[in-house]
Amino acid sequence: MYDPTVARLTYRALLGRRRALILGALPVLLIVISVIVRGLVGADDQTAADLLGGLALATMVPIIGVIAGTGAIGPEIDDGSVVYLLSKPIKRPTIIFTKLIVAIAVTMVFSALPTLIAGFILNGNGQQIAVAYTVAALVSSIAYAALFLLLGTVSRHAVVFGLVYALVWEALFGSLVSGARTLSVQQWSLAVAHKVAGGDLVTSDVGLTTATVLLVLVTVLATWYAGQKLRTLTLAGEE
Amino acid sequence: MAVEQPTRAGDQTRIHNIGYRSYDGPRLGRAYATRSLYSQSLRGSYGLGRSVKSKVLPMLLFVVMCVPAAIMVAVAVATKANDLPVDYTRYAIIMQAVISLYVASQAPQSVSRDLRFKTVPLYFSRPIETADYVRAKYAALASAMFVLTAAPLLVLYVGALLAKLDFTDQTKGFAQGLVSVALLSLLFAGIGLVIASVTPRRGFGIAAVIAVLTISYGAVTTLQAIADAQGTTDAVPWIGLFSPVTLIDGVQSAFLGANSAFPGAAGPSNGEGVVYVLAVLGLIAACYGLLLRRYRKVGL
Repeated sequence: MYDPTVARLTYRALLGRRRALILGALPVLLIVISVIVRGLVGADDQTAADLLGGLALATMVPIIGVIAGTGAIGPEIDDGSVVYLLSKPIKRPTIIFTKLIVAIAVTMVFSALPTLIAGFILNGNGQQIAVAYTVAALVSSIAYAALFLLLGTVSRHAVVFGLVYALVWEALFGSLVSGARTLSVQQWSLAVAHKVAGGDLVTSDVGLTTATVLLVLVTVLATWYAGQKLRTLTLAGEE
Repeated sequence: MAVEQPTRAGDQTRIHNIGYRSYDGPRLGRAYATRSLYSQSLRGSYGLGRSVKSKVLPMLLFVVMCVPAAIMVAVAVATKANDLPVDYTRYAIIMQAVISLYVASQAPQSVSRDLRFKTVPLYFSRPIETADYVRAKYAALASAMFVLTAAPLLVLYVGALLAKLDFTDQTKGFAQGLVSVALLSLLFAGIGLVIASVTPRRGFGIAAVIAVLTISYGAVTTLQAIADAQGTTDAVPWIGLFSPVTLIDGVQSAFLGANSAFPGAAGPSNGEGVVYVLAVLGLIAACYGLLLRRYRKVGL
């Protein structure tokens, strides 16, 4: 199910040349902001939770998820070079699975790790906040990567749709319509984080069972369907 | 001699004049080419002259921009309110997510594809110069952004006049709003184009533009909220200098009579406002300069 060569090529496509620097800029910014906030405020649990929840989990993880998830397959389909990959005797689901693993790994490294560091800088993991948000970032990395990888195989405008989901649906609709929160990767991962932290600072609108079931379901279904899409991929011309 | 043979063979070849005529009509020149590039890029920003699929997104975002304005007008007319529910200057700040999405999706559309399909050298083989290309693309995207941001203001203004609100008051607010969205369009278009012109990959350009716009906004508002909560209100306007949306907010609350969206409504004072204006103009000039530099050597 895992093909090292495909993985290597995907890593190169995602992190090659200057892309790793651009991807790395976001985590660095998060850590710089946490240092500033720590300097301004001192160790404060509520501030730490606000910053990690608002900036790291709500903005940074989805954006890195979009870049890694769609970037793992989108550009190849876009410029047509995916035919060279598909013509090799590798199963299409294997290709998707490998790319998913790579996308998850990249998202985790560039979002969960800085979240943990930022959490320790902000309040030294008081009330388990740093660990809780790191767990949330890890869990949501998996779901985001699977979801956006699927989008990458379905649409040419995958990045825009992914961003619309991440920024408009989760952030805007989620804050206005409470029902939208049930269908939000962010809330599912927060439910898991709530279980880990156990405090009142990390809360979710979704129960743990629902969240876990939905997370697994979305990840598995998205991966399976992406594999199916790749089996019947038609290469269209530019637009 | 062996050397003479090809010459003798060459003597037998002829180039026949088979009657092709050279073009001797009027040449429309550099200005015309620039104008064409401008108008085609502007049309392209809304998907006009392109496939149906590429019309969907810009048109959808345009509708999403205008619908809340129409609803506000309808409410104001129905309830016979004395004022619009939202200031002209505030509207773009509220809708900044939509504006960011638009510039993120259309800036790479405008320049990244030229880079990827290597059409830029073809442009430069025509009479236009680097500066013409940059100016045409910049002006086109800024105009498209202005259309996007000014249209809802126009809806609000027409609605306000229909609801028989105070004419001078509304006209003044509308004019202030137009100046502010013009600045916003120039600033956002510049930032979007600079980022998009670095990468030939459209998807990556979109993500990079949106990351710069939303993350900087998120970071700045978070820091402002914390500074406000800590009682260091003096720091709030200075933090606002670090994201495009809050820059525009600061300029318009200092000079265009807007209420600041900063926490505690702690907008910049007049002195700080000058810094804001300088920062906005400096950024626009810097974007233009960077684009010129980017296209000095490009292509093959």
